[in-house]
Amino acid sequence: MKIRTLLGSAAILAVTAASALAEGETVGFAQIGSESGWRAAETTLTKQQAEERGIDLRFSDAQQKQENQIAAIRSFIAQGVDAILLAPVVATGWDSVLEEAQEAEIPVVLLDRQVDSSDELYLTAVGSNLVHEGEVAGEWLVNAVGDEECRIVELQGTTGSTPAIDRKTGFENAIEGHDNMEIVRSQTGDFTRAQGKEVMESFLQAENGGKDICALYAHNDDMAVGAIQAIKEAGLAPGEDILVVSIDAVPDIFKAMADGEANATVELTPNMAGPAFDVLEAYWADGTAPEKFIQTESRLFTQDDDPTGEYEARKGLGY
Amino acid sequence: MLLKRIAPQLIALAALILLVTLVYPDFLDISFRDGRLVGPVIDVLKRGAPVALLAVGMTLVIATRGIDLSVGTVMAICGAVAAWAIASGWGLAPALLLALAAGAAAGLWNGLLVAVVGIQPFVATLILMTMGRGIAQLITEGRILTFNHPGFAFFGSGTVLGLPVPAWLWLLTGVGVALLMRRSALGMLIEATGINRRASALAGVNATVLLIAVYMASGLCAALAGIVVTADIRGADANNAGLWLELDAILAVVIGGNSLLGGRFSILAALLGALIIQTIDTGILLAGFPSEYNLVIKAALVLVILVLQSPRIAAEWRIWRESQRASREALAERSRT
Amino acid sequence: MLLSIRSLTKTFPGTLALDGVDFDLAAGEVHALLGENGAGKSTLIKCLTGAYHRDGGTVALDGAQIAPRSTVEAQELGIGTVYQEVNLLPNLTVAQNLMFGREPRRFGLIDTRAMRAEAREMLRQYGLELDVDRDLGNYSVAIQQIIAIARAVALSGKVLILDEPTASLDAREVEMVFDVVRGLRERGLGIVFVSHFLDQVFELTDRVTVLRNGRKIVTERTADLDRMGLIEHMLGRALENEVEQQSAEGADTTHPDLLHFNGVGRRGVIEPFDLTIGQGEVVGLAGLLGSGRTESAELMFGIRPAQTGSIRDDKGPLDLKNPRAAIAAGFGFAPEDRKTDGIVADLSIRENIVLGLQARRGWARPIPRAEQNRLAEDYIKRLDIRTSGREKPVGDLSGGNQQKVVLARWLAMNPRFLILDEPTRGIDVGAHAEILRLIHDLTDAGMSVLVISSEIEELVAASDRVIVLRDRRHVAELSGSRVVPDTIMRAIAGGGAKGGEAA
Repeated sequence: MKIRTLLGSAAILAVTAASALAEGETVGFAQIGSESGWRAAETTLTKQQAEERGIDLRFSDAQQKQENQIAAIRSFIAQGVDAILLAPVVATGWDSVLEEAQEAEIPVVLLDRQVDSSDELYLTAVGSNLVHEGEVAGEWLVNAVGDEECRIVELQGTTGSTPAIDRKTGFENAIEGHDNMEIVRSQTGDFTRAQGKEVMESFLQAENGGKDICALYAHNDDMAVGAIQAIKEAGLAPGEDILVVSIDAVPDIFKAMADGEANATVELTPNMAGPAFDVLEAYWADGTAPEKFIQTESRLFTQDDDPTGEYEARKGLGY
Repeated sequence: MLLKRIAPQLIALAALILLVTLVYPDFLDISFRDGRLVGPVIDVLKRGAPVALLAVGMTLVIATRGIDLSVGTVMAICGAVAAWAIASGWGLAPALLLALAAGAAAGLWNGLLVAVVGIQPFVATLILMTMGRGIAQLITEGRILTFNHPGFAFFGSGTVLGLPVPAWLWLLTGVGVALLMRRSALGMLIEATGINRRASALAGVNATVLLIAVYMASGLCAALAGIVVTADIRGADANNAGLWLELDAILAVVIGGNSLLGGRFSILAALLGALIIQTIDTGILLAGFPSEYNLVIKAALVLVILVLQSPRIAAEWRIWRESQRASREALAERSRT
Repeated sequence: MLLSIRSLTKTFPGTLALDGVDFDLAAGEVHALLGENGAGKSTLIKCLTGAYHRDGGTVALDGAQIAPRSTVEAQELGIGTVYQEVNLLPNLTVAQNLMFGREPRRFGLIDTRAMRAEAREMLRQYGLELDVDRDLGNYSVAIQQIIAIARAVALSGKVLILDEPTASLDAREVEMVFDVVRGLRERGLGIVFVSHFLDQVFELTDRVTVLRNGRKIVTERTADLDRMGLIEHMLGRALENEVEQQSAEGADTTHPDLLHFNGVGRRGVIEPFDLTIGQGEVVGLAGLLGSGRTESAELMFGIRPAQTGSIRDDKGPLDLKNPRAAIAAGFGFAPEDRKTDGIVADLSIRENIVLGLQARRGWARPIPRAEQNRLAEDYIKRLDIRTSGREKPVGDLSGGNQQKVVLARWLAMNPRFLILDEPTRGIDVGAHAEILRLIHDLTDAGMSVLVISSEIEELVAASDRVIVLRDRRHVAELSGSRVVPDTIMRAIAGGGAKGGEAA
């Protein structure tokens, strides 16, 4: 069952997953909203994980507003939940509400994003390492190209955003020292499919109709999917004439990989809740204090990793 | 007379092309490959399609002293409707008709709020602007709704007689609407309503129906633009389709020398405005500057164009030129005596 | 004299708004300033309050020459003004409104307690006990008006100008305001009272000055005037020489009935009236400003739908639910306010002339350009519209020529019934006669015309029949030999228009 909250009210939607275990613990989840497919998948997977473990999940959609998230956390504290999951919409301004949770002795686990508060105020943070994702993508390309000359074009995320900066840094780290590889053009595609396509068209135009481009690195899959169309329309074969590597592992990129049009993607797993619940279960059992940052795996998928099967497995998650 | 009206826009476009050619010398290169024209200029014609289409409708709305902030959102709704219809196997013609109907319905809503309820156009269309993305997301269920339908994709990336289909769409829409306005009496009636709605109504002009029709035309143009962007990426992206494009459309109308206070309008000049904006965008991408500079460069160029076009500067220039001529003649006079 | 104005002159491009006006105001006096629209009342007031700068003449306050350059400067000199539209801020409290700009301060901060006390004390002088902490908007217009007066008096304190202060008040509220004004008179203020309600003028004021066409006509003690005399001064009796009194003579030609208005009315706008218009007949509407002349015309043209009554012609009933329906029924309407209701300023003369015709034909059947040009040239010549060409924007023409363009628009549509609301306002004398001649030409050709005018002589010259309005009612219908200025004046004044009283 999928529960969509696209236009849902900002009020707390308490979703009680059917729990078979009588001793089921209660966890409040203060989600940011549903601004992207990935976010929707994270919500879906969190609910699935809770149901599997017999945890009673209370869900709140903040619709991108910090005040809604703070209100939700206060409400969770008032309800006396056993733990709180928080995907913070911004980094600052959490001190007082986290202190309130601490006074109520409710552990808080941050999902996916960090906050600027002292790490005393939360149990742990689960998230991916954005720089590492860029490195995994870069390392794949280094291995795929070998010693040949490779002129790379890069589609950046939204200018100035953390993912765009970190994924760029990671990729550059990976290709550093390989003098045969060079990023010749780099422009923002705003993380969208339409911009990815438009900017790729200008790259192709500027690089001798695309003949001078050996590989494309896109900061997310959506831009890569748009760029693949541009490459096809320019009369070239994406995946062969131009290698395509991107990050996120959304369903559509697996479709492209199955068709041989994309080469590799790095997964930003939407399953942040799994590791979070693991940590919480240990903490509830005997008070084990975890590390302050739990890095999720940045798994690499290529055309050899059964892209069709991966597509089928993911398409129902709400991406 | 037409040439005189659009001369400032033509000059601005020519100067801009010259500027872009300086940073990207191959800008004007056009080659013929696989039955289609290829080159940066063709890209401008194709990529400028959404803003150009929106500008056609926006020109009419602005001529009535209104504004339509909802067009970007209406694009997203219509794209979502079309993609949904295609993905559900309705076939091409019903999908297109459904998308156009959605655009017309959105325009009808705006028109009723403005002309019948009497809400200020800015506020009335703001309602749909904020609400509409939610509607589009409901249709796409929050994801990018993709489809595989070559017939529909043709509207985004097909070619007819060497030119991309989106370019044909805005050219035909723009010229068609411009001719309709000037060959029928619509142009004059819209201008009269925009300048003085009360006096026009007292003279028997059906200003209410005219206003509704103008917002519906804007909705239809937005629907076409939505079809183009959806067909282009073979998917409806409710979050991003047409995002902020209403501002580019308004800018195109303004660069086209149309007054935001309504009245006299020129669709062709607004289309040139859209081309100017797209030439800036494409030029920036081709030039290969770091992306942090994109918006700054665009803003600076738009500012320069608008300042040079302002009536005040034009008047100053005329006065200066006349004084020059007068002093020259005075000199000639003196040398003769 | 508290205030003494000599030979005040003010010109605007094309018009002499004030022409050597003298005006005196004594301390402890309420002095009415009267005149029809365009007489120069508001220009005079604006020259006093600094909104306009006079072109000639002198103004002395307490014997000292003054020339205020702004309302603030006028206030500091001692001249305060209260307008019909209350000029305060409804979302501030009463106290804030009263003390705005001169709040008592303590340590640099506003001392709210002192402010409230002071505001309360101010209002007590006017017999008002209010909660000064409530927003001004919560109180009635009359109370707001008194608060505005209190504020103006506190700020200036010598001369108080009341510009139509009672226009939106009911009778009881008017009394409240009048009590306040009388109190101020006893305190020795000089008060200028502008109103077109003659009853109020007689009730409240000590002296009256009448302006007409920018000139001072008379200053008299109110007690020495009767209504009749006052109205004669306001409307003027001097005949324009060119106008011959022709219609009153041979006026007994019969006109076959064209239109019947039966019991047509609208609450709060105009009492139900009956009116029959004959073919080729000119019917005049006479009455003071605000008597319901324009409102009658608006009902007859569908601008405001009638709530009662019926309209029919010889073929059957007509439903005039909006101007387009009226136009379809063959009506035309040249409104009083050309700028806002008549011309489309940025469009050319040609486009303005063909606009109505085009709207009636529908957008899909454009009038061919050659035909448009022919129409425009034809009417430019026929009506002698002074312009350098038909493509000139109408906004660039003078007022009289703009009026001719609006007339041309209607003539081009060849209506059977044309309503002209103040067709000669703001037009030079030469054009006056032209427009009167034009009306006769039209009716000779069978068109019926309804003329609204403040100029009695003009009505007499033009009309076969005159309907007189007073207090939003049609009170008299005069025809034949009774269409003479004297009778009309008497009917307007409400004295004894014998016979002809219509419902």
